[in-house]
Amino acid sequence: MNNQGFWIYLLIISGSTYLIRTIPFASISKKIKNRFIRSFLYYIPYTVLSAMTFPAALYATGNIIAASAGLAVAILFAVKGKSLTVVAAVSCLTVFVVGQLINIV
Amino acid sequence: MKSFVKGLKSGIPIGLGYLSVSFTFGILAVSYGFEWWQAVLISMTTLTSAGQLAGINIMLNPGQYIEMLISQLTVNVRYSFMSVSLSQKTSPEFKGIRRWILGFFMTDEIFAVASNEDVVSTKFFAGLTVFPYLGWTIGTLFGAVLGNILPQSIMSALCLAIYGMFIAIVAPKVCHSKSLFLVVIVAVILSCLFYYVPFLSDNISSGLSVSICAVVAALFGAFVFPVKEESSDE
Repeated sequence: MNNQGFWIYLLIISGSTYLIRTIPFASISKKIKNRFIRSFLYYIPYTVLSAMTFPAALYATGNIIAASAGLAVAILFAVKGKSLTVVAAVSCLTVFVVGQLINIV
Repeated sequence: MKSFVKGLKSGIPIGLGYLSVSFTFGILAVSYGFEWWQAVLISMTTLTSAGQLAGINIMLNPGQYIEMLISQLTVNVRYSFMSVSLSQKTSPEFKGIRRWILGFFMTDEIFAVASNEDVVSTKFFAGLTVFPYLGWTIGTLFGAVLGNILPQSIMSALCLAIYGMFIAIVAPKVCHSKSLFLVVIVAVILSCLFYYVPFLSDNISSGLSVSICAVVAALFGAFVFPVKEESSDE
């Protein structure tokens, strides 16, 4: 990658990503009163996360069966109120174990 | 100090997940012909998965600066919604220059964990960013310099860490709220449409489709199940 082009590209990619994150964050300091907007903002974290997880997570590990097993275990542990670290760890472990089992079979 | 340490701890699973994701980014970037330090520099200054992936594809061609800008804006527009959402949960001292600095770290996962808190203080958020940033940087470095050292079976298992964490945030809340459950179902159905309908998946980047699905589902929620006036988190 030639250097001059790289620096211009780096400036664009990092600058635009930075500003799109910080401008809304830094400019809205008051509590939003509007009920509709408040509701929208309440739902946003959950809709972002679920849209990112499904269906992409099924294909994240290269094996759809192992991934499904990992996700199922994650849901089970999450519903039981286990912490983020525990849920993440057991889902990885499940993918690994199921992946190995599939290889054996 | 206590909330900084609490933030640090909450960032550990994100950092671990980032290690594996950025590892693959590092491998990919070098295979595209980037120097290792270029890959690391992109990760350190940008800190986003989908945007960087789209970015290095465009960087392969010289002079496509406008294309780069447009792709970054569409892939990353979701961060604006997250920033607005989190701006409502910060403690009173978390403003001004602190937001200009820490806003840089607004990734999907950091946002997700932060918005799981009732109130987000500067110290908590600052602590939360440490391990993810280290993980993202070190993972890229290792991927770029060492290539594929870990066995494939372990790498692919680690790829689920991030999603496991997302589920740990969403699932418990969904159990206690029927309206949230339905809103989440709408988001998932839309997301599946964008993934499986060829016309949509061919023309719309995954970053943009996440933004569209999230916004439409949240609008649906705001129309059909507006939250109560105060204590909107119950």
